[in-house]
Amino acid sequence: MEILVYGTINSVSLALMGLGFAMVYGISRVPNFAHGALYIICGFVTWTLLQKIGMPYGLAIVLSLAANGLLGILMYRLVLIRVRGMSISEIISSYAIGLAILEGLRYGGFRGMTYTLPVFMDGMVIIGGVPVDYHRIVMVVIGILLVAALWVFTHFTRLGLALQGMAQDERAALMLGIDSDFMAMLAMGFGAVLAGVAAISILPLGNIVVESGYHVLIMSIAVCIVGGLGSWMGAFFAAFIIGYAQILSVVFLGSHFQMVVALLAIILTLILKPSGLFGQQKELEDRV
Amino acid sequence: MSTENRRKERIDRGIKVRSDGLYALMSWREMAYLIAPRFILIAGLLALPLLMPGLYWQRVISIVCIYAIVAISFDFLAHYVGLVCLGGAFFIGVGGYIAGIFNAYFGMPPLLTIPLAAIAGGLFCTLLLLPCLPLRGVYFAIVTLMYPLFMARIIEAFDIFGGTDGILGIDSFSSAFVEQYFVVGILLVFLFGLRRLVNTDMGLIFTAVMDNDQAVRASGINITHYKALAVFIASAMGCLAGACLTHIYMWSGISQFALDFSILPIAATVIGGAGTLAGPVIGCLILVPVSELLRDFGTLRIVFYATILVAFILFRSDGIMAFAKRKYEQIERWTQV
Repeated sequence: MEILVYGTINSVSLALMGLGFAMVYGISRVPNFAHGALYIICGFVTWTLLQKIGMPYGLAIVLSLAANGLLGILMYRLVLIRVRGMSISEIISSYAIGLAILEGLRYGGFRGMTYTLPVFMDGMVIIGGVPVDYHRIVMVVIGILLVAALWVFTHFTRLGLALQGMAQDERAALMLGIDSDFMAMLAMGFGAVLAGVAAISILPLGNIVVESGYHVLIMSIAVCIVGGLGSWMGAFFAAFIIGYAQILSVVFLGSHFQMVVALLAIILTLILKPSGLFGQQKELEDRV
Repeated sequence: MSTENRRKERIDRGIKVRSDGLYALMSWREMAYLIAPRFILIAGLLALPLLMPGLYWQRVISIVCIYAIVAISFDFLAHYVGLVCLGGAFFIGVGGYIAGIFNAYFGMPPLLTIPLAAIAGGLFCTLLLLPCLPLRGVYFAIVTLMYPLFMARIIEAFDIFGGTDGILGIDSFSSAFVEQYFVVGILLVFLFGLRRLVNTDMGLIFTAVMDNDQAVRASGINITHYKALAVFIASAMGCLAGACLTHIYMWSGISQFALDFSILPIAATVIGGAGTLAGPVIGCLILVPVSELLRDFGTLRIVFYATILVAFILFRSDGIMAFAKRKYEQIERWTQV
């Protein structure tokens, strides 16, 4: 029962981390290696607004999400738009931006264990003999609502359909009058906001530390690769596979193996089936 | 006169045209023109250890050379074979650990462990990367980026080879000068050796694998065989660099798998000039000392070199080497259209 409950919680938090990465890659084909940095910076912006300026929690969250979205848009507009289509330059430049943000934060004095966000709700409840605090339940609910909202957004709104069209075939979308650069910019903005949502729902469970930026990046890549790059529903299911695998390895092998499982999942998936479990790319494109 | 009526044209210098091919033997001047850049590089690298003040900066020279070896192996794999390998740290770490194990546990001297680490490490890396060879582009890049992290976690999780403490008590080189001339010499051998290699028939096949692997396959050449060979060459170079690093610091540990060793050589390649082999060396000669000078600023130096990297990718994507080559071989002038 413990495995079931904590497996679900872990899976949902992985899904939250991975959704933003999957969305950006799915729509604009830019592997956003600054994802972890966007996650961490949102946490610190919220903390600053909340603790230093003294805003109400809700307002701080909304403002920092907006700032994060803007940051993502700026990143695309100023840098990534110029290297789009050259996959290695994309990886290197987005990783360099992420590195600059994370190390800049560390230089700015955001280190140590003193930065925490308050939980949404105090208290806990017993589910099947396992104590679970309310915040974790809220997080699971947020995760599931977010996936549902994304599904509705991409299937029933004009903008969402345009984004989906671009994800499927960029040239055809261009012919139908969809501005692909604008859409890719929006996707980057949405991806950054999703990273922010993940940060705000996961970070209250622990401290905000710069190092976890790298961790988040690796986990979101793991989720997206196993689910198939570019398919965010795949990412959601893959999060459950990796999430449970991690909890099982922690219970039966030890906590060191949590990361080993994720990295092993990436390597094995890429070797055996590079398009992932739910990938939409043709096999031929990935392999010789 | 407005710029619309003018354009810049580039014309090869007369001496460049004259010194192409056999005609270079016509006069001393033409031969000097050909030899000068190579001579400056070789003599400069050999003189560097003598010119450096103090042990600290001499140590920096060794580190520059180690990064440069990893950088040219990255450049060779990425721009002559088409395999973008972001796992320089994987080669460094494997080489470092193998040298450490042979030295600390079996008591072999550095002269024996370094070649051994290069060969054994090259074989080990090639074997592990073999299943990934059919992958292309971003997939190969991601899987190679994950390998060093994976190795570090494995060593940490199973607590082998000293676990998080690493292997201690490894012999150093007999003196500082031996150490520096050893790495400088190896760097020069690799640099000029690779330049030869890419111009041989084998190099032609490597380039063909990058440009159109299906055509190579259709010619009855086994591409996996050649890719594996290229990976072996590159990883053996990386492992040798890692082994030298272990003997310089007298320690091998998990931090040899750190992302630094993957990212800095790539940054050096981008800045120095991709696909030129000499470019990465120049990039390392600039980047590593600059990051040493900025050591007082702590992590701000990483911000600094990340910014330089992005700026180069955006505005000077062909790098310093291509720029210098253009200046050396061509004249520019404005002409009326």
